Amino acid sequence: MARIDLADLGHAYRPNPTKPSDWALKPMTHVWEDGGAYALLGPSGCGKTTLLNIISGLVTPSQGRVLFDGKDVTDLAVEKRNIAQVFQFPVVYDTMSVADNLAFPLRNRGMDEAAVQTRVAEVADMLDLTADLTRKARGLTADMKQKISLGRGLVRANVGAILFDEPLTVIDPHMKWQLRAQLKQVQERSGVTMIYVTHDQTEALTFAKKVVVMFEGEVVQIGTPQELFEAPAHTFVGYFIGSPGMNVMPATVEGGTATIMGHKIKLSRAYKKLNAKARIEAGIRPEFISIAAKKDGIPVQVKRVEDTGRFRIARVELDGLPLSVVAPENAKIDGTTAHLSFDPARMHIYADGHLVRD
Amino acid sequence: MDKPINNRAWFLVLPVFIIVAFNAILPLMTVVNYSVQDTFGNNEFFWNGIGWFTELLDPSTDLGGRFFDSLGRNFMFSGIILAIQVPLGILVSLAMPKKGWGVAACLVIMALPLLVPWNVVGTIWQIFARGDIGLLGYIVNAMGLNYNYTQDVLSAWITIIVMDVWHWTSLIALLCYAGLKSIPDAYYQAARIDGASRWAVFRTIELPKLRRVLLIGVLLRFMDSFMIYTEPFVVTGGGPGNSTTGLSIDLVKLALGQFDLGRAAAMSIVYNLIILTTCWIFYTVMVNVDAERKS
Repeated sequence: MARIDLADLGHAYRPNPTKPSDWALKPMTHVWEDGGAYALLGPSGCGKTTLLNIISGLVTPSQGRVLFDGKDVTDLAVEKRNIAQVFQFPVVYDTMSVADNLAFPLRNRGMDEAAVQTRVAEVADMLDLTADLTRKARGLTADMKQKISLGRGLVRANVGAILFDEPLTVIDPHMKWQLRAQLKQVQERSGVTMIYVTHDQTEALTFAKKVVVMFEGEVVQIGTPQELFEAPAHTFVGYFIGSPGMNVMPATVEGGTATIMGHKIKLSRAYKKLNAKARIEAGIRPEFISIAAKKDGIPVQVKRVEDTGRFRIARVELDGLPLSVVAPENAKIDGTTAHLSFDPARMHIYADGHLVRD
Repeated sequence: MDKPINNRAWFLVLPVFIIVAFNAILPLMTVVNYSVQDTFGNNEFFWNGIGWFTELLDPSTDLGGRFFDSLGRNFMFSGIILAIQVPLGILVSLAMPKKGWGVAACLVIMALPLLVPWNVVGTIWQIFARGDIGLLGYIVNAMGLNYNYTQDVLSAWITIIVMDVWHWTSLIALLCYAGLKSIPDAYYQAARIDGASRWAVFRTIELPKLRRVLLIGVLLRFMDSFMIYTEPFVVTGGGPGNSTTGLSIDLVKLALGQFDLGRAAAMSIVYNLIILTTCWIFYTVMVNVDAERKS
């Protein structure tokens, strides 16, 4: 079990980074609590895997330190860190049986055979692998192989954290749900810190207690799924989390009023000290806009209405600016014009993409 | 789905059948023809049944004794070069760089011996190993070792084995290198995380992945070394005495030296059958390995 500190950690694959785009991972300082279930969420190429490989030790960061429980492990080799990693493509040792696969990390560390057997039995029980222990690992299905990879991490009693690098990519959809649920259960039972890299928001939000959203080599927000939904710290978070994502509209703000496409909209509070040079945007989730046919609010053109089954999404245009609005089942949106009203408490103002908090 | 069934489609196979008939079956049949006949010249032939075969397979006769001696030497040669080339090839492939300019350099250097024609290889080593003007032979003799491949059986064997190792180890190494390159990085990373030693990585990750290429490599090297002719012919001429005479050299002596067509034909057929059988065994093993993998 370990708390993970990232102190001024940054990484560039080329020496002497100067511009922001040279960094694969922009310098950051974060603390990840012991026993937490974290998800690293972000689009491809945002530095998730780099960060993960730095924590596991496969990549040495070009600056900053990694600390496990306050102990500096930055220069420690992978095998010396108490860390396990599960990869995108399942790694099993083909020639060995399932039991031998699970025992492999322990035998490599010279653990005595009786203790090995006990641990293997415990872990197999936790992962429902007991019935398959004597089978050869070759020829198992991808989800079984992934479970074995996970088991090789869990089997080490002192493992500080288990890292997952998009572990469900190659798993059949119907097995994904099952495996994800099992993963979460194992996390809760074992209390091991788990860090789960994914670009799938559903996976991140169901697995993790804390989601770390990354964008262009930067951690833009760490928060619970609810925090990410209600107060996205970055327009990217708003756009990336939620389906459909947050509406982001160019705006000008003066005091307690925002002007969007020439329409004045009241905000919940007054904003001062907005940087005059910054790009100002207003963001609001489709769930917090109400749409009605009656002539009250901001007029928009209705382009189409999509029915997702649970709710309907109206795709509208506000003077050419496309917006998404969640429409109640019974709302009558007929014709091509409708009227919107925004919930001021749910409207956020962003300067250069970042949430304005003061 | 309904598939049309039309037996006239067999005619499409006809061209291939004709080509194979002319380049393989007919020549083979002439050999079969000779193997069951005897001649006393004048292009007159007499039926001899399986006489040549019984003589060939009976070690107490001249022909049989000669055949089994050559066969034994062939097996010994193949065994020795496999025992050297396979482990050596694996070691070389493991030591080759995985990226950078070294890869291309290594590949070119390794491929060079493979591109040299057989009799040139023979000539190179024939001169290289000579005691009077050859660099290798001269140095070895100067070190006080008695080395002369034209008179000493052990020297002759060492020479052709070293020559073959020089010529063909690259093949195994390149095959293994290709096999190693196909292992995803994640396997090595996982092994590091699991705390595996270098030997454990080799035994549990690399060797299983190399099984298929090694089977092919061993098959190729066995076939090739079992049929070896040119290099020992150029270097030792099968000598000293008959000590480096394999089946190929023996066959040529019998067929073209003594013009003993009947005996030579019988020997050809048995030689061919041995190779086919070995091929079949290898093929069966490979297919079984694959099936085991899939199950």
